[in-house]
Order: sequence, then structure tokens, then C-alpha cells
Amino acid sequence: MHIMWFTERAYHYLPEEEVLKRRSFFGVPNTFFDAEKGSQLLNQYLDEKIYSDELGFDGVMLNEHHGTPFCMGAVMDVEAAVLARATKRVRIVLLGNPIPTVANPLRLAEELAMIDMISGGRLVPGWVRGAGSEQLANNANPAYNREYFDEAHDLILAAWTRPGPFRWESKHFHFRFVNPWVLPLQKPHPPIWIPGLISPETVKWCAAHKYPYVALATMLKPTLEIWDLYTAEAAAHGYQAGPENFGYLQPIFVHETEEKADELGKNFLFGGGFANFARPEWMFPPGYNSKEATRRLASLYANPNLPGKTLVPQHLHSMNDIAAIKKAVYDNYESSKESLQIITGTPKSVMPKLRKVLEVLRPGIFSFWLDGPSPRADRLTCLKLLGTEVLPAVREIGKELGLADPFQVAPGSRPLAASGRPERVGSPEALAAI
Amino acid sequence: MAETSHQEETFRVGETELRVIKGGQGKPLLVFHGELGFPGWLQWLEALAKKRTLWIPLHPGFGKTPMASWIMNMRDLGAFYARFIREQKLAPVDVIGFSLGGWLAAEMAVANSGQFGKMVLVGAAGLKPPSGEIMDMFTMTARGYLNANVIDSRNNPEFAKLFGGEQTPEQFEAWEDARAETARIAWAPYMYTQSMPELLANVAGLPTLILWGKQDPVTPLSAGELYHQKIAGSKLVTFDNCGHMPAVEKPADFIKAIESFLG
Repeated sequence: MHIMWFTERAYHYLPEEEVLKRRSFFGVPNTFFDAEKGSQLLNQYLDEKIYSDELGFDGVMLNEHHGTPFCMGAVMDVEAAVLARATKRVRIVLLGNPIPTVANPLRLAEELAMIDMISGGRLVPGWVRGAGSEQLANNANPAYNREYFDEAHDLILAAWTRPGPFRWESKHFHFRFVNPWVLPLQKPHPPIWIPGLISPETVKWCAAHKYPYVALATMLKPTLEIWDLYTAEAAAHGYQAGPENFGYLQPIFVHETEEKADELGKNFLFGGGFANFARPEWMFPPGYNSKEATRRLASLYANPNLPGKTLVPQHLHSMNDIAAIKKAVYDNYESSKESLQIITGTPKSVMPKLRKVLEVLRPGIFSFWLDGPSPRADRLTCLKLLGTEVLPAVREIGKELGLADPFQVAPGSRPLAASGRPERVGSPEALAAI
Repeated sequence: MAETSHQEETFRVGETELRVIKGGQGKPLLVFHGELGFPGWLQWLEALAKKRTLWIPLHPGFGKTPMASWIMNMRDLGAFYARFIREQKLAPVDVIGFSLGGWLAAEMAVANSGQFGKMVLVGAAGLKPPSGEIMDMFTMTARGYLNANVIDSRNNPEFAKLFGGEQTPEQFEAWEDARAETARIAWAPYMYTQSMPELLANVAGLPTLILWGKQDPVTPLSAGELYHQKIAGSKLVTFDNCGHMPAVEKPADFIKAIESFLG
């Protein structure tokens, strides 16, 4: 089992009301940004990653967002480059580079190749379409998002594997002299993992490419359904999916007492948390969604959408009182814990909950997610307890459940049963027992 | 009073089945709709239909006419319609274009002004305004953008008839189609052709009427004035207390201006 941890590199020194009144982290004016504090925080986050290398994690996971206090890692590859040199053992897992927003994929291929070389072959790159707001922040045409994604992906792999110099002329990218001198250390290229919020189109694409799919803290039931979709698509491509094809990101807050762990857990909901990542008109810029996804949205939001209003459900519009919105956000806390969307407790008390998640989803890749404006000392305590107590216990469960990671079993290498019918990877029975 | 009858017809343009709303009688008048699609049968169409046959093509990718993936910019869309005009033997045809549709007409006129008889531009995109900015529809919902198009969205019966009430799923989907196609052709530079001020010299000799709301919040009046300055012999008519939709906000003045120009 590959066990890692993740944090958005959030900028905390922000009045929560500024996010709540906009229903959005994206779009908060950068006049609220204090570079001194930002500098201190970015270094703190890097130190935490280096510390987790010492604690024995298998990987550190990074992501990228633009124009938002939700995550300061606007150029994730810069952080990855620092970690490539400053850490010794951990895999540097980038989930993922938003390739449709990158105007020059060839340059990205070169950056990643350098990170792989400096790290001694510890890079795991990944690709995302980028949230809707990333298209606006980078002025990347959302109507061509899927085309950019496919073409940039193909170009990067070609740059890494096809002998140069060669010519590349696709619909959107035009390079007449592709011959990057610096190539990845891992051959034929570094392993590629794809994160996401269980969009069926992306999941099917991953299965076709034998790329492990990492679900980002999604609800267990739909996640299990998407595992089945991946497994069916894998079978259509002639292989049996296994735990090595799946990963899961789990928000978890561990401390010496239940009370302290709850403090950290509640901080995860700061500003509405991920639900307030960006307003709907920024999350769904023109052409970003497929026709099918647009149709689903239309039926969801048609009626409450009154003149001049945004696409959020109507009940939020009447909540003009920030205090009421805030209360609604934090009232969600207990139910999030019940559904295991958030796990909190002492190293001992979190284990039965973690076991449930692992039994349901059976992922070969597992990441802890720690976030929220908690004091530095508390974050370090959480990290230390995760690394020294929770991680070894999770590793034992992984062995017991046979959760192979992509380094133990190559994704796509399991033969399909002679019947052609794939075996399910997750466990609905375990879910029903929760 | 009953509406003049109008119906949808399909014309083949290359690989694309172009849907066209046709109605009225007399000499053809080509109508290019704007960035959120054809809004519906408005008062001015009813008035013009008495003397002219209105040809209102529904742009490729805006829902009814399928998307043509090769159309990636306004020149491509202009070339598509140039073929349509040639094959339907419409040239020289009078044209009126609204907002993005005005940009389309201007783009076609600079390529070949001979395909048009007379041209009317209404709050046309296509030029970077010398002062002010073109309102960014892509950071707003379609509904929010529409409401911001006009000075007073709450007290206008025609506007209410077209866009009032609760949004239906069909309306939402149509607007999303329109926004997506507009993004494909107008994302960057946003809503204009960089070289347009120079290219407009090629329009000289084409009788051109430029109609603009004085308080247009979408395409600022400065862009209308630049069109007027760059198209030799053009006429600029502005409407006071009017936003981006003079056809909806000032229908009587709008109809009068067009009728006296088209004759």
C-alpha cells in the first residue's frame, strides 16, 4: 500500500466572512494577501513535507490552484523541485498539473523531467482538467478544455518517449522542433496517476490508459460506483482492475485527545471548505462541461435560478445573514463525521473508522488530508501521530486486505478471468455494514 | 394582432445543416443574432416583416444548428456565411447584426463588402473600445449577463416577455450552448479582432448604419464611434437612456431608424 499525506497550502490570515459573503474562496481580492505571512506559511508547508519524509510516509502529495487563498501552490512544480532535493525517500506525487491551462506543455515536460532527475526518480506526475476557476485565472479557453487536455497529455508523453527531434502539429499545439535534452530518469516515463471528483468521462479515460485513479474525498457510495465503472472499462480493455488502480484521499484529524482532534476537524470547514471553492458561474465556465453534464445541471438548477441570481440552490440566497451561513456550514460537521467524510480522534480511536473506509474502497493508494487554519504545533502533532502510529497500523490493514499499490502490482497487469467478467474491487457489503 | 408567420428551414452549408428562421415578404434581410442566441420574435421583426423577408440563421454550435468544429474564430464563421450567401444567391443582401452578430457582419464586410447591399451594426462587438471595456459574459451566469445588458430589466415588457419568469432547463441548456460556442470563437482577444480598425478601410462604399445605446454597458459607445470614424460615409444613431438592446429598450425609435435607412 502506498501511503501519503496531503495539504492544500492555504493562506489562513483571512477574515472568514470575506469568503462566506462571496460563497467563494476564488475571487477574494489579493489585497488581503500579506507576502510576509505567505512566505512564512509556504516554508512551513515545505518543512512539514520534509518532516513526513523522516516519519516514513511513502509519498507527499501536491496539487495546484490559481488565484485563491484556498491553496497558494500556484506553481506546484516549484515546490516539487524543492522537495526533490530536500527529501530522501518519499515519492513526490503531483495530483495534478492542470495541463489544459498550460500554454506550453513541452516546457512542462521539461520541468517534470528535471524534477524526476533531481529526485533520483521519485516523481509521480498526474494530470487534471483544472477546476473551472483555473480556466479563468489562466485565461485558458474552457470550451477547448478537453481537447487541450488530450493533446497536452499526448505531447508530454511523446516528448518523454519518442526519439527527437520531431515535429508536433496538433489542433492546438504547434512545435516544429521537439527534442528535450533532459528526459525523466524513470523509464519509459514516470508512473502517471490521475486525481478527480469521480467524473465518469475521466474515470473511463483512466481505465483505458491503465492510470490509477485517485478519488478526492468523495462520498463512499458514488466512489464505489465509479470503481465499478473503471473496472468494467478495464475489462473492456482486457484486464482486471485491482487495488493498484485506485486511490482515495481521506480528511483526517488526529490529536492526543478527542476534543483537540475535533478542534482541528472543525477548522477544516473554514470558510465553507471545499463547498465554497468557487461560485458556480466560475466553476462552470462556458463549454467546460460536456453536453451531458450541462443537461444534468440544467435539471438541478433550473427552478431556483431567479433573474439575476447565480446557479446556487435557492435556500442559500435567502441566507443573507453571514452568521446564519456560518452556522449552516458548521452544523454540517457532525454529519460529515458520521459519513466518514471527516475522520477525527486519537491514533487509537480513528483506526476502526479508517478500517471501514479501507474495507469499502480497497484502495492501493491512500492519502491523509490535513487542512484548516490550525496552529502550527497542532498540525505537527497531527502529522507526527499519523506518521508514527496511524501509518504503521494502516499498513498492517493494507497487508491484511491485500491492498497492493502500483509499485507492487503494475496497473493493468492482472489478467481478466476467462469468462471476461471482471471481479469487483470495492465492497458494497462493507458499505452496507456502516 | 397576430404575429407574422415565420418558420424554421434547413439549408446545407458544406457539412453543416444550417437552421434558418424565415418570415415576412419582400427583399431578403439577413439578421445575425448575438452571443446568447436568437432571443425570439421581437416587435422590430414584426414591423420589418411587412416589407422584407427576414432570414435569421441560427449560428452553428448555438444549439439548433450543430457545432462545426473547424469554426474557431470569427473569420471562419464569416467564411461559413459567405458560402451560404453565395450558394443561396442572396448577394448583395442587406444585413443587420447584433453584438457578436454585428462583429460577424463587420468581419464579413471587410473580407468582401460586395456581398452586402446595406449593413446595420447594433451595439456591435469586434473592436477594442478606445475607452471602457467589453463586459465579460464569461464570468457571469447567462441570466445575470442578460439582466446587465439593459438599463432596466425589471420594467420592460418586451424584456420580461423574452426572459422573465423562472428559467427553464431548455433555456439554461440553450444559453450554455451559446456561451460555449461564443467561447470557441471569441475567448481571446475577448470579442474583438485586433486588426479591425485597419481592416475597416475595406468597407468604404458600403452604406452602413451604426445603432448604439448611449449608456451601453456591454460594448461601450466609444466602440460605436470608432466604427463610425473608420467606415467612411457611415451614419451613427444613438439612443439616450438605452443600454445594449435598443431593439428591446427603444423599439419605436429603433424601428424608425432602420426603416428610414433601408428604405
